[in-house]
Amino acid sequence: MTLKKTLLAAVIGATVAATAMLPMTANAETLRIGYSADPETLDLHEQLSGGVLRFSHLAFDPLVRWTKNFQFEPRLATEWEQVDDTTMRMTLREGVTFHSGNPFTAKDVVWTIERLKESPDYRAIFDPVASAEAVDDYTVEITTSEPYPLLLNLATYIFPMDSEFYTGETEDGNDKAEIIKAGNSFASRNVSGTGPFIVTDRRQGVRVDFKRFEDYWDTESEGNVSEIILTPIAENASRVAALLSGGVDFIDAVPPNDLDRVRDADGVELVEVPGTRIIGFQLNEERVEAFQDARVRQAVDLAINQEGIADRLMRGFATPAGQFSPEGYSGHNPDLVPRYDLERAQALMAEAGYEEGFSVDMIAPNNRYVNDAQLAQAVANMLARININVNLRTMPLAQYWPEYDTRQSDIAMIGWHADTEDTANFFQYLSFCIDEESGAGQYNYGSYCNEEIDALVTAADSETDLEKRNEMLREAEAMLYEDVGFVMLHWQNLAYAAAEGVDVEPVVSALDFPYLGDLVINR
Amino acid sequence: MIAFLIKRLMHAILVMFVISVLAFAIQDNLGDPVQQMVGQSVPESEREAIRERLGLNDPFLVQYVRFAKNAVQGDFGYSYFYREPALEVIARHLPATLELVFAATLIIVLLSVPIGVYSAIKPRSPISRFFMGASIIGISIPVFLTAIVLIQIFSIGITVSLFPEGTAWGAWLNGLLSTEGNMPSFGRGYDLVHVVGHWDTNLVTWNGLQHLVLPAVSLASIMLPLFIRLIRAEMMEVLQSEYVKYARAKGISMRRVYFVHALKNTMLPVITVGGVQIGTMVAYTILTETVFQWPGMGLMFLDAINHADIPLIVTYLMIVGVIFVVTNTIVDLIYGFVNPTVKLTGKPA
Repeated sequence: MTLKKTLLAAVIGATVAATAMLPMTANAETLRIGYSADPETLDLHEQLSGGVLRFSHLAFDPLVRWTKNFQFEPRLATEWEQVDDTTMRMTLREGVTFHSGNPFTAKDVVWTIERLKESPDYRAIFDPVASAEAVDDYTVEITTSEPYPLLLNLATYIFPMDSEFYTGETEDGNDKAEIIKAGNSFASRNVSGTGPFIVTDRRQGVRVDFKRFEDYWDTESEGNVSEIILTPIAENASRVAALLSGGVDFIDAVPPNDLDRVRDADGVELVEVPGTRIIGFQLNEERVEAFQDARVRQAVDLAINQEGIADRLMRGFATPAGQFSPEGYSGHNPDLVPRYDLERAQALMAEAGYEEGFSVDMIAPNNRYVNDAQLAQAVANMLARININVNLRTMPLAQYWPEYDTRQSDIAMIGWHADTEDTANFFQYLSFCIDEESGAGQYNYGSYCNEEIDALVTAADSETDLEKRNEMLREAEAMLYEDVGFVMLHWQNLAYAAAEGVDVEPVVSALDFPYLGDLVINR
Repeated sequence: MIAFLIKRLMHAILVMFVISVLAFAIQDNLGDPVQQMVGQSVPESEREAIRERLGLNDPFLVQYVRFAKNAVQGDFGYSYFYREPALEVIARHLPATLELVFAATLIIVLLSVPIGVYSAIKPRSPISRFFMGASIIGISIPVFLTAIVLIQIFSIGITVSLFPEGTAWGAWLNGLLSTEGNMPSFGRGYDLVHVVGHWDTNLVTWNGLQHLVLPAVSLASIMLPLFIRLIRAEMMEVLQSEYVKYARAKGISMRRVYFVHALKNTMLPVITVGGVQIGTMVAYTILTETVFQWPGMGLMFLDAINHADIPLIVTYLMIVGVIFVVTNTIVDLIYGFVNPTVKLTGKPA
């Protein structure tokens, strides 16, 4: 009898305990992700790439982060003020701890900014920052060498790293802080951030496992993901199949051909967001004399039916563009829209003396942008109507960039995303007069050069009155539009898909790094 | 025997040497690895510094000699993408591929022998005709398509509503043709059992086996029809031979004639072809592994190509070369055991 009673008591006890536990565990959810790529490295400063940025938002927190509408949201910095033209004072969040248990203070921010300035990938972006100084434990002053309006944009890239954790020597005598490209550094394998998730296991190209950081500072976040299993699935069809078969809960980069299928599928939701990556073409003025004539460039632009391409070839998965800046960017000018007009294009060609047309080469990648090779083909066909005969060559990404760098073709395709999420960046890399010294116009394939536009954008970049600055950038966009310094096609959309109950809509945006710490799953 | 093995060892070394030279010679056409390592706005001077550090600016011969010197000591260089020694990366991905090839081979052997033999013995039966027809279709469908179709049917599931839902027979037919689709469609699953070293196995857990089925079937689908037809053709030929007729005349039971006397001789050419094909199958895993995100050497190789990860590409090609030599050697050895009249060293007996 006693044995039976004891057993009974034990069973009841266990049941009660289990029930008591329930509310806590029922809330905890595992998220299985199928991304097209996994982070190349765990060292945030080794490579500036989409994969690493997504990872940064999981294991780290930035000082400030972008909202869906391109506003700044306080994260590890709670307040900021411009002390003088070149100095910004930031107040840091108190009571934040790193995964290692070390407390987060101003010295970590200073250390991180200094490391960013050492990083090959970030050095150029952080060039305007002269120094950072810890005023006290929770105040940092960042000084720029000249008045610089985009310091907060840069702050979205400052993910404070645990300076104590990354300082010192490894067992084999290497500096723990060193940044080595494609090498086996300490920071590329070990992580201590402040972010919502801790890396528990990682096999490059196979999977990364995360679990929620119990001492995460943001207790107001409703996010309830307790565990993440990230599997890179590069093949589009396989990624979609993995979601549809219930193998994963969340995927990125749904290919346009599968959009309808995913939209119609039961138990799966598709989330489309307009993107910020401009896709376009550059006309090589060094090789083709005709392209030096603004009328010919205008004719090329007028002959391309951006709306038609976005509508049919991209099946609505793109926003036709007449300028670099997508909506929400500081320099976005609502007046600049695509202006397809074949007759005017033909007239302009005749006016410029090229009625008979000419032949050119074109290069495009075939595995980089959505439908890239088909886009190039479509544009080639459209140019044939103004008697520009295009000989198109497409190639995989690994071969495309070396080919692009030689500038040995007449027209080249390129897609560009502004690392600063700001209008000026497009100009500086894509349309500025080439200056090898300063690195301006590094991706100006066509050697297009309009010093007036350059001067305007440069002036805007040291204008701290943001209203005035935006006005200048809108003006620059209008000038480029008129002069056709870059043939715009569209901004490629982003498409995510998730299983029902995985509410990704609030955490994804045009920025392409979902804030999964705030993701709520309600199955 | 020992002379034979030494000869094969020399072969392997020669193969590795030739492959490494070829792979090195084409590396400039594989793309620029540095481009894959840096963000878009990194200036040319930084890129140049990285190229210099990796020794990519040295002339071909200097690079090759440096590589060969290290390779002789077992150091095949450092993978840019995996940030580990290339050999180590391959060792980690090899077990997954070998398990996949093993499972596919098992499927091929278990199906092709009985089907091939049956359709040789009863060439006119409807079942034989069905298998011959199916094998023609099987040979002509690319493995990528097979894989996608398998995923659609068994992982995602299909709902058929072709027949009138109201009637009993229609509902029954619809239900019969529709599939639930619960099979895993990617990866090796989360339930692997560690065996030794880099070897985690799929073969001992239910979950692991479930993950293995679809990739193995689609990999097997390329070779299976070939083997069915090969075995059938060989068997039919053997059945015409004098000794089979004699055995029959002697009154030996037909079962014994088929499965002991005839089958043995049928298998001789099959073993030769099979050995070579296992090597080919390692190459075919690139497609299968990509579709199923199977983390083996094929997927790794594709990643390496996409990242222009030259050290890994070169090492992979050399290892695959060795795998070919090894399988061929094993085939020759087995051939020797099955047919003692064959002399391995090729010297007169």
